[in-house]
Amino acid sequence: MAARDLSFSSASTPAIVSSIGTQAKNGAASRSVLPGASVEARGVGRRFETARGPVDACRDIDLDVPAGSFTVIVGPSGCGKSTFLRMLAGLDHPTSGTLTLADGRGGAPSNAMVFQGRSLFPWLTLRQNVAYGLKLHGVPRKERGEQADALLATVGLHAFRRAYPHQVSEGMRQRVAIARALAVDPDLLLMDEPFGALDEQTRFLLQEELLRIWDASRKTVVFVTHSIDEAIVLADRIVIMSAQPGTIRATVDVPFARPRALMDVRSDPAFTALFTEIWAMVREEVTAARMAQEASMAR
Amino acid sequence: MRTTIRQRRIAEVALTIAAPVILLLIWEILSRTKTINPLFWPPPSSLWDTAKTLWIKNDLWGDIRVSLGRILAGFVVGSVPGIALGLLMGLFWPVRVFFMPLAAAIYAVPKIAILPLVIIALGIGEASKIAIVALSIFFLVALSTMSGVLELDATYRDVASNLGASRWELFWTVALPGALPAIFTGLRLALGFALIVIVGTEFLAADQGIGHMIWQNYQTLRIRQMFVGLIITGIMGWALTLCLDGIARLVMPWRSTHR
Repeated sequence: MAARDLSFSSASTPAIVSSIGTQAKNGAASRSVLPGASVEARGVGRRFETARGPVDACRDIDLDVPAGSFTVIVGPSGCGKSTFLRMLAGLDHPTSGTLTLADGRGGAPSNAMVFQGRSLFPWLTLRQNVAYGLKLHGVPRKERGEQADALLATVGLHAFRRAYPHQVSEGMRQRVAIARALAVDPDLLLMDEPFGALDEQTRFLLQEELLRIWDASRKTVVFVTHSIDEAIVLADRIVIMSAQPGTIRATVDVPFARPRALMDVRSDPAFTALFTEIWAMVREEVTAARMAQEASMAR
Repeated sequence: MRTTIRQRRIAEVALTIAAPVILLLIWEILSRTKTINPLFWPPPSSLWDTAKTLWIKNDLWGDIRVSLGRILAGFVVGSVPGIALGLLMGLFWPVRVFFMPLAAAIYAVPKIAILPLVIIALGIGEASKIAIVALSIFFLVALSTMSGVLELDATYRDVASNLGASRWELFWTVALPGALPAIFTGLRLALGFALIVIVGTEFLAADQGIGHMIWQNYQTLRIRQMFVGLIITGIMGWALTLCLDGIARLVMPWRSTHR
């Protein structure tokens, strides 16, 4: 019963299909099948000029995100995963390499980002927050109100539509932040540790909720987290980043079928195997990051 | 629970009224017992009749109206561009760097000191009264607005630009509402400044207004009338602050739902 929903998509292959920049084949195949946004990064890097000289937040990132896939990026703190996500969002730009985003119809995809921490406008009600993007896009008041209400209903917060963000819990606020991003119907949904500040119970519930919503639309998602557990339960594919300067250390395909029951995923032996495998890599990177930091402090 | 909140409310109102009442009571007793010279410190109870006479015979309401008009006009003329400049200073660093030394220097000058300059520029009429109030609050409002924008979480800007906000929309939908709490802090301070400056200006260069009335009565040693003017100035400041708080609640409904 427990494992009924689970089947391995690529039966006997090892979990790691590819490492460091050679993961293109699967991506290209699925891109032609599914509509939606895809991402192609080739040698992408971002260098910041600081008072103490140049700092590479990330470099040499080769990555393909197929249309309709759920990609999760994990890595140690400060490995440049948020920087990479900001570049995908167009809030920042690579200083080297090329980043190609396509919507599958020959144009540039629209995107919306769910930010970490407090991102709801405190001066707008929950409904106004959800409708904010629609307002910018010139959707008439009545229409955007209705759409916002429908989305708030989807995340179970219709009753709170007139409340202000400070009147509801952190978990509710993140649900609204997701609804706000979905409201503009983006081709590409970017999520930067959206559940990072939540307690574990709330986080588990929101993960289920996110997958439920995602299953209905199958938008292309790039999701950043530092939680390996979260990466495995959500992702089609996990990208593991190295310590600063962040680059891709490995890419791991997640074999669990969709739609997923997260309880079943977590109790599956394959989950534990994946977890151990990924943690071994992340652990090395976290250790490296810590040593680098200590070395720079000692200097 | 309900009674506790209610009791708290009653206590709040009582305490609010208590301070001025106690002060007046002490004054009354000291004056009536002649502990202090009632010639210079007339008992407050005697001021009521003085006020009534002033109202009927000396057009007290006219003085109040003139002063209020100057404060309000100067307040609007000074704070609206002050808010605009503050938002620009907060959003764009070149604007900030350009205006900062000027703002910091002018902010430190006692505003009444520039009255002669203003009179030279604009004459002795109403324009100079409005101008001095406007000038004395302009940079104060600009600086507090700027700090409001600067302290705003950068995420809000990112959210707006990510969802496609233009610079103009960023200005109206993020910087302005986000800076409102700081703007109102600035406005509340500015109101105090405006009152000080207008009374001072009317002491020196006016033939009407509450400041003029206080000064006139002082010079002719009509102490009671002078006290009426002082008390009215106090009430004006208090009433204007109440109005401003009311506007703040209207403009920032998310704030009044706190607690």
